[in-house]
Amino acid sequence: MSEPAAAPERLTKKMLKADHPTWCPGCGDFAVLASFFNVVQKLGIPHEKIVCVAGIGCSSRFPYFVNTHGIHFIHGRAVPLATGISLSRPDLHVFVFGGDGDGYSIGGNHLNHAARKNVNLSYVIMDNFVYGLTKNQTSPTTPIGRKSKTDPRGAIDQPINPMSQLVASGATFIARTHAAQVKHMNEMFERAILHPGFAVVETLSECTMFYPGAFDDGNPRKGGKFDLVDEKTQDMESNLAALELAELEAPGKFGVFLEKQRPTKNEGERAWIADAQAKAADLSEKDLLRQRFAAMR
Amino acid sequence: MSITPSPTRDEQCESLRNAVIRFAGHSQDGIQSIGAFLAQLAGTTAQDVMTYMTIPSTISGGPSIFQVHLGSGKVLHPGDEADTLVAFYQDSYDNHLKSLRDGGICFYDSDNVEEVKDERGIIHIGVPFTTATIEAIGGTAKSRGKNLFVLGVLCSVYQLDREKLFAIVAKKFGGKSEDILRNAQLAFDAGAAWPVHDIEHMPFVPGENSAEKRLSTDGNTMLSLGLIAGGCRFGAGYPITPWSTIMEMLRVELPKYGGMFIQVEDELAAVSMAIGAAYSGHLAITGSSGPGLSLKSEAIGYATMAELPLIVCNIQRGGPSTGLPTSVEQSDLLQAIYGSHGDSPRVVLAPRDVEDCFYTAIEACRIAREYSTPVIILSDQAIATRIEAFEEPDLEKHWREPTLDLNERGADFKPYPLDAITQHSAPGSRSSEGKYPVVTGLEHDEWGHPSANPKMHADMTAKRRNKLVKLANSLPSPDFYGDEQGELLFVGWGSTYGPIKEATDRLRAEGHKVGSLHLRHVHPLRNGLDQIFDHYTHILVPEMNDEGPYGHGQLATLLRSVTCNPAIQSVNKVEGITFRVRELISAAEKLMAQG
Repeated sequence: MSEPAAAPERLTKKMLKADHPTWCPGCGDFAVLASFFNVVQKLGIPHEKIVCVAGIGCSSRFPYFVNTHGIHFIHGRAVPLATGISLSRPDLHVFVFGGDGDGYSIGGNHLNHAARKNVNLSYVIMDNFVYGLTKNQTSPTTPIGRKSKTDPRGAIDQPINPMSQLVASGATFIARTHAAQVKHMNEMFERAILHPGFAVVETLSECTMFYPGAFDDGNPRKGGKFDLVDEKTQDMESNLAALELAELEAPGKFGVFLEKQRPTKNEGERAWIADAQAKAADLSEKDLLRQRFAAMR
Repeated sequence: MSITPSPTRDEQCESLRNAVIRFAGHSQDGIQSIGAFLAQLAGTTAQDVMTYMTIPSTISGGPSIFQVHLGSGKVLHPGDEADTLVAFYQDSYDNHLKSLRDGGICFYDSDNVEEVKDERGIIHIGVPFTTATIEAIGGTAKSRGKNLFVLGVLCSVYQLDREKLFAIVAKKFGGKSEDILRNAQLAFDAGAAWPVHDIEHMPFVPGENSAEKRLSTDGNTMLSLGLIAGGCRFGAGYPITPWSTIMEMLRVELPKYGGMFIQVEDELAAVSMAIGAAYSGHLAITGSSGPGLSLKSEAIGYATMAELPLIVCNIQRGGPSTGLPTSVEQSDLLQAIYGSHGDSPRVVLAPRDVEDCFYTAIEACRIAREYSTPVIILSDQAIATRIEAFEEPDLEKHWREPTLDLNERGADFKPYPLDAITQHSAPGSRSSEGKYPVVTGLEHDEWGHPSANPKMHADMTAKRRNKLVKLANSLPSPDFYGDEQGELLFVGWGSTYGPIKEATDRLRAEGHKVGSLHLRHVHPLRNGLDQIFDHYTHILVPEMNDEGPYGHGQLATLLRSVTCNPAIQSVNKVEGITFRVRELISAAEKLMAQG
């Protein structure tokens, strides 16, 4: 697990652009992509060390639109895959992109465990409250009463509250932003990337095709209210305070809900390796195995 | 105590070449430990050994057996029937007396067991295991330690190397308190001194294995260590019997080699995380037992499509569903070969015994790397848990250095070239042209861009299939044994190896022309099997899976479809236990009698 030489060049948007996105005109995900380009340029991450990971869904097409190392995986498993990358390659910057179906429904269990393990990676969830790629079925975050092809009479199931789920699972960085608020989104992404550990940014990103206007109530240009978390008065390390924010009625607040330090899974595993290798002293790997054989004679 | 002279008694009194000892008790009695001590002793005294155990799928309690087959020459199977039975309880005695051969010896705990008269010339020897152990240890001791008392008794009966045997016991208890070690010694000595006057002592003839360094251990241990020697440094898994001991071992061992093994939330996360590490440029492993392999199927299909190297161990057990979680079966072969959506070629290897687990793991590592493809290792509960003795592997010959290739990729780099085997550019590798690849599960062109072009899908499907064709062309001749032409050829895979070889030997000794072929590479199969099969009147495929509606086991089905040879027949067993040699012999004889 060696450390290759760092890239000397400064990233530009041109270097980062790949295929033109297949998203529908007006899709909120375009802004997320632009914001991601901005932030990685600003942070000066070496080009070859950026890894974009995604599962399945409209937003999960992200890796094709970014010219970096990327992996487009199966539905719902982007987070454990990214965990494998992050743990085995601490030199890389691992980004996961996906939607509400991928992250909160089929992959919902992995969210809890990546949060509790505090794996070092950044996860941007483009939440549009609907299954878009499969053309308008109810999603885990669809509000009660909203009609879809699978709920023609209106959704009857209580939607997931991802913010409180993340708090309960032990996540150490949880933020909420809106794809129409580019400056705020830039700031949230930047802080998520700089956070050591599992950082999630729940990003409300409108599906103009199937759920237009879903997030107008959080958009001042559409007559809504973009109400920010006041970090001066908010206890940023308190789960209880974060849960109170999470339980607010829509459109709720935007900003960082929780930000605290806890040893990462990466550090825990590295510490074990360091201990084990210190005990092995100067033995070569082959001799280590021979020593193991000797105990079996 | 009754003693009935038996016809074979005189032979026993001289010296032994083989002895099958079955311990029957409950799972908390430590009978596995006695068996393991004897197996380890065999390993250090140039004797050969193979064990067999059943464990109930409960935390503690329930009937349990451990059978040890000790031999001065090569031991190929755990023994059709026992020469000696050690019964701890009435139910152990009642249920296992029938596993003892005519004229065998039965030691039983006279504190717990009522002896039953029988007509088979069995020598009954009642010893109060429980009270004698309590007396020996003294104080407030309960019956814990009676397993060591029994070990002492056997040590004296079989004239085993007492010093060496107790040294093995001491090593096991070495880390614990002095009291525990002292009690173990007291129980062992009391057993060894117990007067068993009714039978003569039965010393073994010296072992014939001349290898200087011999190991005795189980299959899951050797599979784990083989993965390390093969260059695996990252893994992820979820607990399931009988796979779990591999993850436990790798969790502890890998950090010493700079790697790690992660216990995760479910089977899907396990395979995904391993694929993540594989994508990162490491050789990664995940594994499970039958039901867990089903859960991993989607992601294994992904690894085929994305062309990532991945090792998946499947320690088979009885199925379907939860089935027989602690028993053996070989019913996951077709799942391993075909179990995914779409056309998803992957490689399937099967170790034939404990020692072979090590080399099969190394071969899996080689193939996964060279062909950038998923490789499934199909072991089974019998190999996983039984103990065998064998020569220590020569690491100078077999060690493979782990590599992480982060070299810069030039203008000619394509992740999915149609005219070559994919070798990915791991993240961290620079691209001289500034263009970075996406590894994907969508059908794609040579650069990894999504493509639904009909010709492209056909070409890429052929590219993935042709890797297996290339591998098949490069495979060495399969393990062949016995007559190169004649009446019957056994074809086997996995843990049926020992019983098949022994059956081949015995049939040949009776004058039959019989050969046997054992396949490590089960998929793809080596070319030319049809020509080999043409040299025999009958092809018999023993498998521990069901014959299905068409009357053929899983490998037999595959072989019939590949060779179109109607002489291929099956002998199947789905009782959760391995084949007895005599079952194979009688199936072969029945077939040969047809002419």
